Amino acid sequence: MARSIDRDLGRFKQILRGKVRENLRKYITHGEMIGRTGRELVSIPVPAIDIPHFRHGQKGSGGVAQGEGDVGQPIGKGQGQDGDGQGQAGDQPGSHIREVEISFEELADMLGEALELPRIEPKGKDSLESRKDRYTSIRQTGPDSLRHFKRTFKRALKRQVTLDNYNYENPVVIPMREDERFRSWKTVTEPESNAAVIYIMDVSGSMTDDQKEIVRMESFWIDTWLKRQYDGVQRRYIVHDAAAHEVDEDTFYRTRESGGTRISSAYQVAWQIITRDFPPSDWNIYCFQFSDGDNWGEDNESCLKTLTANLLPCSNLFCYGQVESPYGSGDYIRELRKVVDKFDNLILSEIEGKEAIYDSIKEFLGTGK
Amino acid sequence: MTQLAARPLPAEIRAAQDDIEARARSYGLDFFPTIFEVVDYEEMSMLAAFGGFPVRYPHWRFGAEYDELTKGYAYGLQKIYEMVINTDPCYAYLLAANALGDQKLVIAHVYGHCDFFKNNAWFAPTNRRMLDEMANHAARVNRYCDRFGSDAVELFIDACLSLEDLIDPHAPHIKRLPTPEDERASKKSKDEESKYDLKFPSKGYMDSFINPPEVIERQSRERQQKQQEKEDNRSFPEEPMRDVLLFLLEHAPLKDWQRDILAIVRDEAYYFAPQGQTKIMNEGWASYWHSTIMTRHGLTDAEVVDYADHHSGTMATSANRLNPYKLGIELFRDIEERWNKGQFGAEYEECDDLAAKEKWDKGLGLGREKIFDVRRIHNDVTFIDSFLTPEFCIKHKFFSFAYNDQSNYYEIVSRDFPQIKQQLLNSLTNHGRPFMYVVDGNYRNRGELFLKHKYQGVELKLDYARDTLANLQRLWLRPVHVETIVDDKPTIISFDGSQHEIKQK
Repeated sequence: MARSIDRDLGRFKQILRGKVRENLRKYITHGEMIGRTGRELVSIPVPAIDIPHFRHGQKGSGGVAQGEGDVGQPIGKGQGQDGDGQGQAGDQPGSHIREVEISFEELADMLGEALELPRIEPKGKDSLESRKDRYTSIRQTGPDSLRHFKRTFKRALKRQVTLDNYNYENPVVIPMREDERFRSWKTVTEPESNAAVIYIMDVSGSMTDDQKEIVRMESFWIDTWLKRQYDGVQRRYIVHDAAAHEVDEDTFYRTRESGGTRISSAYQVAWQIITRDFPPSDWNIYCFQFSDGDNWGEDNESCLKTLTANLLPCSNLFCYGQVESPYGSGDYIRELRKVVDKFDNLILSEIEGKEAIYDSIKEFLGTGK
Repeated sequence: MTQLAARPLPAEIRAAQDDIEARARSYGLDFFPTIFEVVDYEEMSMLAAFGGFPVRYPHWRFGAEYDELTKGYAYGLQKIYEMVINTDPCYAYLLAANALGDQKLVIAHVYGHCDFFKNNAWFAPTNRRMLDEMANHAARVNRYCDRFGSDAVELFIDACLSLEDLIDPHAPHIKRLPTPEDERASKKSKDEESKYDLKFPSKGYMDSFINPPEVIERQSRERQQKQQEKEDNRSFPEEPMRDVLLFLLEHAPLKDWQRDILAIVRDEAYYFAPQGQTKIMNEGWASYWHSTIMTRHGLTDAEVVDYADHHSGTMATSANRLNPYKLGIELFRDIEERWNKGQFGAEYEECDDLAAKEKWDKGLGLGREKIFDVRRIHNDVTFIDSFLTPEFCIKHKFFSFAYNDQSNYYEIVSRDFPQIKQQLLNSLTNHGRPFMYVVDGNYRNRGELFLKHKYQGVELKLDYARDTLANLQRLWLRPVHVETIVDDKPTIISFDGSQHEIKQK
């Protein structure tokens, strides 16, 4: 039933979404503003949207209540300098923050719109097929858990009516064995395009927590965008200092090590993962590397060798983000600049701070690959 | 848009209604015919968001309210039991999922409200056909949406709603402005006055001596000058005007459809105003009657525990919020007891013997009669002012609290009766909202609008004030100003359409 409230509710949700869209840049550069992230929905706190009135402030306000307590005893916390007054007897509690629940798809669309990102043309669409079971049909045998109650009941009723067993005064319907119907599945194959995303991060002593925060935020948005573009996205994480390890997501953002930096070790591990798990013919492969660019000088040559020979030819994109660090020399990006002209899937970006995340995402994903 | 599907009331609820209605009448409650409908929670939330009405004009704030109510219910934070609107016949909604015992409680409660709506003096000027009126408002606004675009209409409604409480809630009861007839009458008498009173009565031959022409001329010149001066200094409006919306309706440069929408918002604000003015009494009265009817007649043995649970839940008090249900019901009971025992009047007041006062019982039995009178003539402010007693405050552990901006905590300030009463009256007067007046509609002789906040010890919430001012400017178009107190200093906040300015006076 269409209700008159639906129009107002729809409009309200639209306004909330509009707020998110309007402030997307702020959300991108301030990761803490993203609330809980679930499997499909992300909830974003939006400052309460309400209609302003002339109201009393907190200062000088007060009220009357009932209960125990001595004079001078605190009974409730104020709301900071700009909080709501509680001057009214029995009034509503103060204003609060509303959370808007937005699906990742919608968030990605907003991101795409804000950054003017092109859609990605996936490769390997036809070569990879997945099989899925769908419960679309009915059959006469099956386990009780799949019994189709409504159909079973209907058949029993039909039978009883035709056999004149049905009593209107006492409408009891008893299904028999032959009335029973069960849900059944069909296996369908669907072409699928999958993406593998490999994140590589430098955790050597020169990377601080601030830089990792930048990496975390940037990878959140990259994930969001790629998930929107592909049916299935697999993610792998590699951390490295002088040696590289594959780790899980949580460790990736938390590890802090010290020691030197040998980027080539990470490239080796990445190449192993690709050859082992993601045959390039079937997978769209994305590599995102974040570092402060402070590589062990003699290592640069072997880095470039692995990169140009192995990683670049099989990846859709290889993105290198250089986070500005107070310690790093930032030399590595110069090495990469030597070869950047020869590969159009190699993207380099220098991220100076949180504010630069926005532009950096645009550089990485703006190619449509 | 469809109306709510009309559903027949389940037989057992129908029976309960008939029973309770008869009981309520036997106690002397006097109400409009009352129509109950059973709705599910979503419908209930929708009705609540719409202020009790099935159709309102389109606006997102109803959606926001609905969103909050349904989420609150889904998360188990809150539940609306009942909803009743002030119309003739009265419409009341029952929640389908409630048990029969709860429905009975709600029905009894609703009859209390209906009686209050019909008999309380503050509700007398409200439109009892508001259901139709609201639907008309909706139709009109929908038509404007079609003609001028929803965005333009929405933007305008936003601005109007921001000002919706700038009305004069006493206006329906008091004549503030002279009607055209009054003005005509007073003008006539003035004209006659001016012709005669300059001259002393005299015989013809003495006239030039008693009323020398040059003196008369001078006097009439002076009088004219005075009149002129008065004209020049005349402020506009002549007296500070509380009904800011009326002033805008009459003087703001609005298009016809905008004026109509502003009038709609104002009408509805006046319709809802008495409910704010009588919250404590209305809820107290309804609770008094549900408790009386249920405990004496309505309950079956099986329902007693649930009833006690829900009744006590409604009456729960907390240390940082006043419960209007609790205060209302207890005060009505207190009045009933005092008038039953004769604990009122000079003799009782002047008695110094506390023990004697406590035992005071003249067996007058006037209590019931008294509370019926009280519910007819009082609103919350006069109710508290007349009937709150020190004994009552002690018995119910009242205290007053205030915000301490050093510690950022609300703290208990006092348990003294005069202070509690003062604080309570303050927070009830104008619903605890600031008083705003239009002082000048032609400020600096530049057609700018000047409002004044009547400062009563609490400062305005500044960010809200700024935003509200911006909305006011959208209606007035010329710059707008409000005079208030900021950080203990007189300050004028201005908005000229593009930026705010705050300066100390």
